[in-house]
Amino acid sequence: MIEVKDIEKSFGDTKVLKGISTVFDTGKTNLIIGQSGSGKTVLLKSLLGIHTPDKGTISFDGRIYSELTNDEKRDLRTEIGMVFQGSALFDSMTVEENIGFPLKMFTNKNPREIQERVDFVIDRVKLINAHKKKPSEISGGMQKRVAIARAIVNNPKYLFCDEPNSGLDPKTSIVIDNLIHEITEEYNITTVINTHDMNSVMEIGEKIIFLKEGVLAWEGTKREIFKTDNEAIVDFVYSSNLFKKVRKAQNREL
Amino acid sequence: MLRYLSQIGKYFLMLKEVFNKPTKWSAMKQLIFKEIDDLIIGSLGIVAFISFFVGGVVAIQTALNLTNPLIPKYLIGFATRQSVILEFAPTFISIIMAGKMGSFITSSIGTMRVTEQIDALEVMGINSLNYLVFPKVIALLLYPFVIGLSMFLGILGGWIAGVYGGFASSDEFMTGLQVEFIPFHVIYAFIKTVVFALLLATIPSFHGYYMKGGALEVGKASTTSFVWTSVAIILANYILTQLLLTK
Repeated sequence: MIEVKDIEKSFGDTKVLKGISTVFDTGKTNLIIGQSGSGKTVLLKSLLGIHTPDKGTISFDGRIYSELTNDEKRDLRTEIGMVFQGSALFDSMTVEENIGFPLKMFTNKNPREIQERVDFVIDRVKLINAHKKKPSEISGGMQKRVAIARAIVNNPKYLFCDEPNSGLDPKTSIVIDNLIHEITEEYNITTVINTHDMNSVMEIGEKIIFLKEGVLAWEGTKREIFKTDNEAIVDFVYSSNLFKKVRKAQNREL
Repeated sequence: MLRYLSQIGKYFLMLKEVFNKPTKWSAMKQLIFKEIDDLIIGSLGIVAFISFFVGGVVAIQTALNLTNPLIPKYLIGFATRQSVILEFAPTFISIIMAGKMGSFITSSIGTMRVTEQIDALEVMGINSLNYLVFPKVIALLLYPFVIGLSMFLGILGGWIAGVYGGFASSDEFMTGLQVEFIPFHVIYAFIKTVVFALLLATIPSFHGYYMKGGALEVGKASTTSFVWTSVAIILANYILTQLLLTK
């Protein structure tokens, strides 16, 4: 469980996060949604320790990040898996080298044990015929699978995904969403996904927090999102023509 | 001015971080060998080519300017030796390397920055500066060998051009190579080389690591890195010459 308490973050005179408090539950896919510029990425980067909040605390299962020593922070980071928007795979390494990288850096496993674990994870994310290929030689969807495999190879307690569907076609997006969701449940990980893709929200949004102009404007589940009267979230969700039609249909049924 | 000072401060802070929180040795060893291959072995061809022909040109230019018959022919060998050992091999090859190695380092690290690979390292808990820059610094400890090769080939080129071009006999050239030879000049050249190696590894890394933007900015950062590495080499050359060669 990740607990965020009263987080504030400014860049120069611009206050990007204005006192956000929430809890990201273990074993659930927690989604951060909001328009571009709402502070989603800054919140995610604050959770990852890339940005230091000006105020407030972030605690990982009771461990308050700002109170940890550098070594403790480093240890905590080995419990984190991250899927970046552009996958962020290492160009100079093959797919299996990319996936095995965290094991090589942070465990004392021998090459055979590393290979076994890599093969297992490759199998888990259903990557076919890609072991020896470089990231530039595989498709965007496969790159995302490799990124997910690399993120989970060291059995992380926390999985963060920044726009995991960006650049993917709708069908592949659903496959990737479902894969993240399955892995979250299977390994009981605290997963936090930063997205503005409403399909993802509807597919895997077990807990959703909606940011507007740096403020937590709404939180709930995917079932609650269509029932809420909160103007901010209604305005965001129904900005898509598809969802406008869904809403009209819902109103007619009522 | 304040901006430049702040950049210089940031550069020294980066250097401190490069030697902090070391990466696991088994991984670091591989990285060092890869950098030796990319930076040192990959530069040998161009260094050999340039050194050989520039050495030849120095010998020919010297010979063509020795119009007075009273001036001994061995000066061709003497001038080639002095030019190549004191300046051409350590300084000018380093400026060429600022273009070749420097742009490679800046663009490779810059691309990693743009594609979030550096963020990925940091999120994993790896000191990205140590992981990326330290192996380059260690690999460039072999840079004096490159410059040693450049000295040898420059003088060889001068000998071939001087003797086979009919400007001096082999004996005259060899005499010129030995006359008034000061061993400290070679030490001075290698001291410069070690300093230049450190600049070649770190300034382009600094420009790549702290770049912001996209692909276009990677190109701009490479150009800026070449300019600043060259400026730093020229300034360091002046300071070291003043410190080591003047009394």
